[in-house]
Amino acid sequence: MNQISNPALQGGEIQQSRVFITGMGIVSVIGMDVETTLDSLVSSKTGLGQIRLLDTRLKEKLIAGEIPYTDEELLQMAGIDKVPGISRATLLGMIAAKQAVRNSDFENDEKLQTGLISGTTAESMTSIEKYLPDFLSNDSRNEYIDSQDWGFSTEIIAKSLGINGFMTTINTACSSASNAIMLGARMIRQGRLDRAITGGTDALSKVMLNGFNSLMIVDPEPCKPFDDKRNGLNIGEGAAFFVLESEQVADKGKIIAEITGYGNANDAHHLTALSPDGKGALLAMKNALESCNLNPGDINYLNVHGTGTLNNDLSEAIAIEKLFGKTPPVFSSTKPFTGHTLGSSGAVEAVISILALQYNLVFPNLNFSTPMHEVQVRPETSLVKNLELLHVMSNSLGFGGNNTSLIFSKVES
Amino acid sequence: MIYINGTASISPQPTFEKQGFLKEIVEYTTNRLLCIEPDYENILSPTELRRLSRVLKMGWGAAKTCLDDASVSTPGAIITGTGRGCYRETQKFIFSMYENDETLLSPTPFIQSSHGSIAAQIAMMTGCRDYNMTYAHRGFSFESALMDAMMLLGERQLKSVLVGGVDEIGEKQFRTFDRIGHWKAPDANNLKLLEYNSGGTIAGEGSTFFLLQNIPNQNTYAQIKSVHTFSNPSGIREITKQVERFLHQQALEINDIDLVLFGLNGDRRFDNIYYKLMASAFSSSGQAYYKHLCGEYHTSTAFALWLAAKILIRQHVPQIIRLNNRKTKTINHVLIYNHYRDVNHSFILVSEK
Repeated sequence: MNQISNPALQGGEIQQSRVFITGMGIVSVIGMDVETTLDSLVSSKTGLGQIRLLDTRLKEKLIAGEIPYTDEELLQMAGIDKVPGISRATLLGMIAAKQAVRNSDFENDEKLQTGLISGTTAESMTSIEKYLPDFLSNDSRNEYIDSQDWGFSTEIIAKSLGINGFMTTINTACSSASNAIMLGARMIRQGRLDRAITGGTDALSKVMLNGFNSLMIVDPEPCKPFDDKRNGLNIGEGAAFFVLESEQVADKGKIIAEITGYGNANDAHHLTALSPDGKGALLAMKNALESCNLNPGDINYLNVHGTGTLNNDLSEAIAIEKLFGKTPPVFSSTKPFTGHTLGSSGAVEAVISILALQYNLVFPNLNFSTPMHEVQVRPETSLVKNLELLHVMSNSLGFGGNNTSLIFSKVES
Repeated sequence: MIYINGTASISPQPTFEKQGFLKEIVEYTTNRLLCIEPDYENILSPTELRRLSRVLKMGWGAAKTCLDDASVSTPGAIITGTGRGCYRETQKFIFSMYENDETLLSPTPFIQSSHGSIAAQIAMMTGCRDYNMTYAHRGFSFESALMDAMMLLGERQLKSVLVGGVDEIGEKQFRTFDRIGHWKAPDANNLKLLEYNSGGTIAGEGSTFFLLQNIPNQNTYAQIKSVHTFSNPSGIREITKQVERFLHQQALEINDIDLVLFGLNGDRRFDNIYYKLMASAFSSSGQAYYKHLCGEYHTSTAFALWLAAKILIRQHVPQIIRLNNRKTKTINHVLIYNHYRDVNHSFILVSEK
């Protein structure tokens, strides 16, 4: 049972479990599975390009990280029959979640508490933006009416995985999936779940393209995170899911990495912009380090949020300088590969961070040439192969000043 | 132990004023119950009054009043549950996209369209830079927020957590869901909600917040013991088993529950589950319901929790919510049982302080 009471407050000590990752799955424009994603990262193969499938006027003007498969093709990949009201984001999420489960190959035990936690910020926007006028005037799109909320996709994914226990959905904009992973880890740590399937999904939509475009923070060219001449972000789409297991449940032979730290903090500054002093990002990173008693110097690689907007990168760079001083860890933004996959970016980049950890690789921050004039720090621009990575950190900074940092660590075999 | 040390609710009833407790009841003869909103002028600047969307105002209005009730200015963390968040702003943005053919769009509705905006706005207004979270999962939205708040108070040395459930029912959203039979036809009277024997319910909305702390004080309403969610149960037997296990983990039996607040909403397709439990497992408990007061929405259990807190502190069950007349000398334990369309089921256990 997912009973939530507070053993710690009733005099007893919580027996805290370690949280192991035993499976992961990913779909994005640079690959429809973990292996292809790794290949693209290693060979500096970006996925950003012309928008071909989404029907938008902006495709003449903007590029994106659009997955080159139609919804029908994704339905086949997901291996399911058409579900009424299903959206592109749900299909992407389902494919990634099924990969993670296959990858982990855990034994299904009825006695174990398995939960599903998803982070998404646009969810069924792709169907809402098409059918909203119909919803109000005729019956032709009624099957999509009840799917215009954010829990729908999580429930469909849960059903496809046979999960009936704990499930929930987080929407904190671009940190949604990181927060979902954090909740999964906390619930396992506290013994409230034995296993959590957690991550996030978002599909490319007109609303998000137009929304970010209306804020004038979309670069029509490939984004240049942390570059002095950066000019905005590119929007992508994708999903990534993990199987997290407690130490009692995890098959030791299948452990890919451990989630050791997590922290969330709020900028309390603006609904869309980050504070110029980087306070929220700094607090999130600090909280994550404190949660696992690590020092800034213990982090070997930092996968930054690095969207490529003037505001995000400066705020994040200042936070990095404040926390790590003059010798920050090697860091890079991998958004020039995938585009900014919004609500799922935390999960997509968690997979990338864990690949870095697994293979001792640092993936390059593409398109960087000129250091920012306000700060000293600069990202890694080439593929680094000679570093031993023990702890990596991944940042997600969202609208509403919602900032989350996750720490993944190598597990001694 | 976790205590409710402050609360406030904006609902379709005059619940916002601290004085009185459901003394005046508003009767509605249409299916869309809108909140009786307070005067925001005292808590928002003229610019904020102009700029903030309705749901952001409702969120801040209840959050601020809850904090005042608990005499706290900055909470330790902020957690919200909202099924539809700021969906009205999303719709606005979509229509402006159509009208302007994807050019020259005002970003304002987009900026305010994220579910997380409500908690973010409260963080800005209170200067709270710590943990900030938003759950958006239909009938689990508020339950997830409450669960997170309880976990957080056990994990970290936080002085308090502000947790709330916020949802609004926009006119377009109401019409849309009318198309697929969510609401009664013809329009119902909220005070006769359980008399229709037909499908559909009445739409509602609300913004209800709680200030939770580890330590009781003179303003404590009640203790929150536990919250539990589960999906798609196979039938009454499984739900009964779930509730027994849930109570057992708190060392309680069904007979220890003085009052059960049921999520009855008048939709005969879904209410049978409650009626069967009322006649079996809960046949000897005090029974009450609440959706005739607030309507059906994803986070209606936040309103139910507000009711439970008031019932426990006042030791009084208002006649308007009673389903039977079973009375106990003292009211020690109140159980909220709700399900959203027989998919999202939840229990919340609240006890006397």
